[in-house]
Amino acid sequence: MRISGNDMLELIAFTLGDQEFCVEVMSVREIRSWTPATILPHSPDYVRGVINLRGVVLPVMDLSQRLGMAPAEPTQGHVIIVTQIGTQIVGLLVDAVSDILAVPASDVHPAPDLSKTMDRNLIRGMLPMDDRMICFIQLNALTVSIEREAA
Amino acid sequence: MDMNEIKEIFFQECEEQLAELESGLLRLNDGDTDPETVNAVFRAVHSIKGGAGAFGLDDLVSFAHVFETTLDCVRSNKLEASQDLLKVMLRSADVLADLTAASRDGGTVESSRTSGLVAELEAYAKGQPLPASAAAPVAVAPESVKTEAPAPVAEAPEPTDDSGFQPVPFSFDALDGEDELAIDGGRSVFTVRFKPRSDLYAKGNEAVLILRELAKLGDLQVRCETDDLPSLDMLDPEGAYFSWLIRVETESDEEAVRQVFEFVEWDSTVEITAGADEEAFSAPAASGEDQPMAAVPFDLSLLEDEPPVSAEAAAPAAPAPAAGEPALAPANMPLAAKAIAEAEKKETVVPAVPAAPQTIRVDLDRVDRLINLVGELVINQAMLAQSVVENESGGSSAVNLGLEELQQLTREIQDSVMAIRAQPVKPVFQRMGRIVREIADMTGKQVRLVTEGENTEVDKTVIDKIAEPLTHMIRNAVDHGLERPEKRTELGKNAEGVLRLSAKHRSGRIVIEIADDGAGINRERVKAKAIENGLIAPDANLSDEDIDNLIFHPGFSTADKISDISGRGVGMDVVKRSIQALGGRISITSKPGKGSIFTMSLPLTLAVLDGMVVTVANQTLVVPLTAIVETLQPEKADIHSFGPSQRLIAIRDTFCPLVDVGHILNFRSDLANPIDGVALLVESEGGGQRALMVDAIQGQRQVVIKSLEANYTNVPGIAAATILGDGRVALILDVDAVVTASRGQPLSPDMMLAATG
Repeated sequence: MRISGNDMLELIAFTLGDQEFCVEVMSVREIRSWTPATILPHSPDYVRGVINLRGVVLPVMDLSQRLGMAPAEPTQGHVIIVTQIGTQIVGLLVDAVSDILAVPASDVHPAPDLSKTMDRNLIRGMLPMDDRMICFIQLNALTVSIEREAA
Repeated sequence: MDMNEIKEIFFQECEEQLAELESGLLRLNDGDTDPETVNAVFRAVHSIKGGAGAFGLDDLVSFAHVFETTLDCVRSNKLEASQDLLKVMLRSADVLADLTAASRDGGTVESSRTSGLVAELEAYAKGQPLPASAAAPVAVAPESVKTEAPAPVAEAPEPTDDSGFQPVPFSFDALDGEDELAIDGGRSVFTVRFKPRSDLYAKGNEAVLILRELAKLGDLQVRCETDDLPSLDMLDPEGAYFSWLIRVETESDEEAVRQVFEFVEWDSTVEITAGADEEAFSAPAASGEDQPMAAVPFDLSLLEDEPPVSAEAAAPAAPAPAAGEPALAPANMPLAAKAIAEAEKKETVVPAVPAAPQTIRVDLDRVDRLINLVGELVINQAMLAQSVVENESGGSSAVNLGLEELQQLTREIQDSVMAIRAQPVKPVFQRMGRIVREIADMTGKQVRLVTEGENTEVDKTVIDKIAEPLTHMIRNAVDHGLERPEKRTELGKNAEGVLRLSAKHRSGRIVIEIADDGAGINRERVKAKAIENGLIAPDANLSDEDIDNLIFHPGFSTADKISDISGRGVGMDVVKRSIQALGGRISITSKPGKGSIFTMSLPLTLAVLDGMVVTVANQTLVVPLTAIVETLQPEKADIHSFGPSQRLIAIRDTFCPLVDVGHILNFRSDLANPIDGVALLVESEGGGQRALMVDAIQGQRQVVIKSLEANYTNVPGIAAATILGDGRVALILDVDAVVTASRGQPLSPDMMLAATG
């Protein structure tokens, strides 16, 4: 539910290992269960391959690996969040969807400048929620390097 | 629909007319003397002029007008369609196309180009063709004419404009001195027989308007012929029954009279003869002009203000005759209405003009959407079929029967939808005519383009994409292939070189050939050049075919000096690449002194392809069937190691490099044992044959091509993706990329290899 204009962010939160992340609800087209993907040769490691999404060839990205963490070992429990990034549709492989949130934009804190392994461009900020901490993903940055690495 | 949309339609139609114009001119150029061809050409220019006038495109109108005038001379047999004239006309057609494009997209056409041609065209129209060199200076003179020219289209034709085109010099004065001239006398008499057909009224024209227009030229005597008018119950309310016999006494010439009928001549019979046909007028003089009520009271009353049949639809026409017939008893009215209704019915059943095949314009996006949906349907049908096979061993016969029918239907729908996109290659071929003319002009060569099979149909996307490589090859053929006229004469050939462009269907592909009768490939020079550029070793022993194929190598150009036409760094390698990108192949055969033939073979559509489904390192891949020459099961004895990591396979008498697809695509790091797999012998462009190693063959099937770039990016070695019957995505192998990758080194060692093999 959208409360008021620009001030509220609607987010879908999901888990990768023991960490929580989120993306904007408006970029999510659907969420579906994991199906084995067709491997794409000469692709970055985090690109799991392509699956058939009702006739559309959908690339699936292992978000955990993309963020520099351990690669996922997908099971039936894993889900693919189908997101619209620019003109492209990309599937993000995550462990599970955990929450749907509506938070004021002012709650987003800048990400600390700590991590060497995690590309800071990929993180829009941090969201403290009670005793949890949710990492807000910058979707646009996810696909940029695919073209660079593939080229 | 706003004005811009209408204008867009006009330009679309212009394109068709221009194509019609050019093909007509080319037919005439080839010696066609059919008057209908001349008419078609005339009509094309005329329609463009008419439309352009409506949109106030003055440049276009004035040029089209001059063009039309000259064409009219040819049409009326006043001027012979000589080769020279046709050359001028073809160039004019090009300029007309440029003017049209300039009107649409903005921009201008050099006025020197138009004015030069205007002068030449007018000179022909006057029966005094200019020598080519004299054309430019004279170009100034007709300026005054040009500025006047738009008038006849923008408004109704006026006699004054036409005088500008009269062959007699003093006629220029007539531009504004009509009245004085009349006093001088010199009035001539013409007899005009004017019989409109129903089409004339259907198009919103009216005979009376024509007559009024004619009256502006001079004194008229008009007689309406009513002999054809049937009795009321036989009357077709949309028919045309009247004809007019007109005696015109005017100071203008026949041309001016003819011009009055300019816009109706296709829908009526117009006969104009000089002199008075007194006999025709004298006999039925009593019922003649100005006394419409005398003989047949119930129709001629309409002559003054209304044509006998209204230009509007049938419904308003019905009351018209009734209103003009006060004598008709009211009791007859229903009967008349009934007769009219019946006649109306008849009219719709039997159209007056043989109907042209009906077409509609459809937005390409809609067709594409349909094609996508059909693609889904095909995939879904395959998935359904597969799951039935899996779940129901044996299956009920009803289900199987239904599935079979579904499969047939899907196939048929797919074919039909593909057929919607199929277009003849004609427009592309026609564009080549112009390119040949331009290059022939630039190089001073004489070239005749002969096209064959231009109605061969192929998918629109393919058509759009072959234009560029084709243009390049045509340029090459004229620039490098054909000799100069002097040289040709010396060699005992016709000074005019012949370029043959043909298209035909062959085993599910379209084959386009470009054949010239020029010098053929100078193999010595090609070889020398290749050695110079370090493409081959100096002592390489190459077959003729290998040498010919060198011209497809990047950075290869045999032209000694870089010409304006070809050799701008864009070579045949680019042509080859763009054709390969379409899933096509190109090859060359050349005979010294006899010419060269370039043969392109392209898929008919880019939406589906026939593929061989194979397994490589547990992945399913599709290899385009067109690339595969044969499949074979390697024997241990046939495999030979070569160098550090290469392996060759002996196929009959030749050795062919073995390429492990799984290794190339990074599916596995070590090389597979060839004996466990299957080898697909593929033909790669220019690089000879390769044996692609795969683990197993699953079968053959038609697959729907899905882009990988849409949501991902280009993947090296992979052409596209598809969805198989099990719902999984399979990748389509880019055979040429794999072969190129397998080479991984300059061409030279390969060439040596091919030579030894």
